[in-house]
Amino acid sequence: MSSDVRFTDFKSDKQPTWCPGCGDFGTMNGMMKALAETGNDPDNTFVVAGIGCSGKIGTYMHSYALHGVHGRALPVGTGVKMARPDIEVMVAGGDGDGYSIGAGHFVHAVRRNVDMTYVVMDNRIYGLTKGQASPTSREDFETATTPEGPKQPPVNPHALALASGATFIAQSFSSDALRHQEIIQQAVEHDGFGFVNVYSPCVTFNDVDTYDYFRDSLVDLAEDDHDPTDYDAAKDVILDSDKEYQGVIYQDESSVPYHEQHGVDEDMSRIPDGAPENATDLVREFY
Amino acid sequence: MVADFNWAVGGEAGDGIDSTGKIFAQALSRSGRHVFTSKDFASRIRGGYTAYKVRTSVDKVQSVVDRLDVLIALTPRTIEENLDELHEGSVIIYDGERTTMQNVEIPEGMTGIDVPLKRLAEEAGGAIMRNVVALGAACEVAEFPIENLDSALEKRFGDKGKKLVDNNKEAARAGQSYVDEEYDHEFDYDLETTDEDYVLLNGDEAIGMGAIAAGCRFYAGYPITPATDVMTYLTGRLERYGGHVVQAEDELSAINMALGAARGGARSMTATSGPGVDLMTETFGLVATSETPLVICNVMRSGPSTGMPTKQEQGDLNHMLYGGHGEVPRFVLAPTTVDECFWKTVEAFNLAEKYQLPVYLTADLSLAVTEQTFTPDTFDMDEVEVDRGFVVDDSSVGEHLSESGGFMPHELTDDGISPRAFPGTVDGAHMSTGLEHDEQGRRTEDTAMRVEQVDKRNRKVETATEREDWSPREFGDADAENLVVTWGSNEGALAEALDMLEADGVDIRVLSVPYVFPRPDLSDAVDDAEQVIVVECNETGQFADLVEHDVLERVDRINKYDGVRFKADELAREIRETLDAGVEA
Repeated sequence: MSSDVRFTDFKSDKQPTWCPGCGDFGTMNGMMKALAETGNDPDNTFVVAGIGCSGKIGTYMHSYALHGVHGRALPVGTGVKMARPDIEVMVAGGDGDGYSIGAGHFVHAVRRNVDMTYVVMDNRIYGLTKGQASPTSREDFETATTPEGPKQPPVNPHALALASGATFIAQSFSSDALRHQEIIQQAVEHDGFGFVNVYSPCVTFNDVDTYDYFRDSLVDLAEDDHDPTDYDAAKDVILDSDKEYQGVIYQDESSVPYHEQHGVDEDMSRIPDGAPENATDLVREFY
Repeated sequence: MVADFNWAVGGEAGDGIDSTGKIFAQALSRSGRHVFTSKDFASRIRGGYTAYKVRTSVDKVQSVVDRLDVLIALTPRTIEENLDELHEGSVIIYDGERTTMQNVEIPEGMTGIDVPLKRLAEEAGGAIMRNVVALGAACEVAEFPIENLDSALEKRFGDKGKKLVDNNKEAARAGQSYVDEEYDHEFDYDLETTDEDYVLLNGDEAIGMGAIAAGCRFYAGYPITPATDVMTYLTGRLERYGGHVVQAEDELSAINMALGAARGGARSMTATSGPGVDLMTETFGLVATSETPLVICNVMRSGPSTGMPTKQEQGDLNHMLYGGHGEVPRFVLAPTTVDECFWKTVEAFNLAEKYQLPVYLTADLSLAVTEQTFTPDTFDMDEVEVDRGFVVDDSSVGEHLSESGGFMPHELTDDGISPRAFPGTVDGAHMSTGLEHDEQGRRTEDTAMRVEQVDKRNRKVETATEREDWSPREFGDADAENLVVTWGSNEGALAEALDMLEADGVDIRVLSVPYVFPRPDLSDAVDDAEQVIVVECNETGQFADLVEHDVLERVDRINKYDGVRFKADELAREIRETLDAGVEA
């Protein structure tokens, strides 16, 4: 669309109610910049949001959007994109939305490889309900509902994605604004399902996975000689639980997105004002 | 009364019962006879008992009856299961060389026709054609010209090559001549043919065809009996008309995909049955409150829980009317016949878009699996109208922007209907949400706006009630003092029952209701009648409850839904005011 779109055009007139310092501010800014930078504008963009602090993003961004029920953002995005291949679709949600209540959809959305971007704002905590363990919380992370920690290994979303046949797997950090935007942008430009898990710290309820923790521990794959097209190298990064990474972990350059695989390329919003041409053929089949 | 012939083929699941029955039904249809089919089936892939039954006449048939004239029995159990329907003139065709059928006893008074089905099939080219041999035998017994069977075999096997078609024709003739040569046939049956052209289809197929005709472009579903045939029908066909079918990972996903496509501006649909409706219910509330047009087809089966998945019931009516937390308007349409499945589907899409809400289109198992004959012009595509309701484009969007320039998808209007802007419309960007929202779709907890939005959504129902035709179909004796009311698939059986009652001197007036919500006002008809009977396939009488509700004495109401509890002084004031206003007429 028009080249003069600025990222602030994607801002709504609603002020976010996120806690001051919340990682979601940075996550959202990167999304808006990536959308503007890739030539999109609010009128040809559809944002789907889940439920939770992250789910509020649909309210704070300006675009066509649906703020759905908990855990079902990916199916909604899938439907939008299939009906409207001409529209840029970005789905955003939290770790609870994507890896707990919506985990089943995550696996299948990855398998389908629909050409859209999925941004998970991962703070390893349930924030809006005031601090319970999330599927990515550490085994010993103590909360009101897990006084001794969940005592279960956290979900490894990247491994889940890789095992489901993902064509683009990335990790970013909301506070590293430039890299975060770059990575989201690559996901948007990817031909297929672009999955980015974003470390988006919760400053109120998570005192373990903090800005300082990620700043100190993150290894940038771009500076680490990592080849994202190398499946085995990606697997090694993903299964390495001793380190935290950011960057594009895996990208299948021969990815064939769903719409090409299935020949779904029409704008389905346009239909005639009567039965379609040749509809009588359908009746004849029943002779 | 209908001069009918009743035929069935039965055996175990896996015996090819369905396709055999379908071929015979097709042959009858192609010979210009009316057909009405039914299935006895179980939720299993192999074994058990399954049957495909055909009732046929030169006159229109609309129901099954408890009578079986010719039965092809592949198993002894097939005979046992049908003892009540078999009668003294019945003919049972079986293969006495089949191990399980060697000692089979033909009930007294009936004629057993022992045909070596498997052996004759092998001679014609393969044991797999043994059911076709039986069909040939049935043609001979019923004096039905075998050329009609040829025509059905060509349709069934044509795309697999001429050789296969010829082998099947030969197998059929082997069965026919075996009966001719081995039996002195003095059977009472003589199936005449006519020059009429008929099409043969079931309710699920009619719904699928209606969806394509109505411009549906997106379908997402998860397989479930007895709604799967809707998806099977649409797969491949919808694509031919520029749409797409997705098999979702579950019903939660199916309805959310359908919702996404609808937000994208497509006419969109999902179909399911009871358990799937339960799963979809949370998203149903979102569809309704975000004012998204969506058609949800519920092909009912016996519940609760897994219930009896392959059996008939009309037990989901209350769920469709009231399911989901909170209060939100929805329409419920219940086609009463196979052909109406087509037309009500078209109507469901128009209503969904005109009033921007979810429409339950409900059939039941009987309607879904019943194949029935119709003249092709029953489905006249030129009669299909598509009304997309209030949609704005780049040039008209400007009339519906707020003072701050935001598009208003929930604009407060007199008739409750707000403008829709599809993605891509310049300046139409907006959010849809399950949260209570203002005119622009932005979250709000403002008590006044909350009330205005609830009222606006309900106003759409009032508007629709006024603007659309919600009439029931009436038949029988309009002046009869007794009234029978029904909804859904019972209409056909009731229409034929009416003839039988009439022959006995019993006159009734019948109202068959295809609209559950909004629904026709039956209070005058109920008032006028001496006795009112409501017929439905459930235990509690869910539609009967509605009829009673509609004629009950009205009470005054004090309602509060702005999100704030009642306060004592407020309540005292409201009660006083209501009493002062007096009893509403």
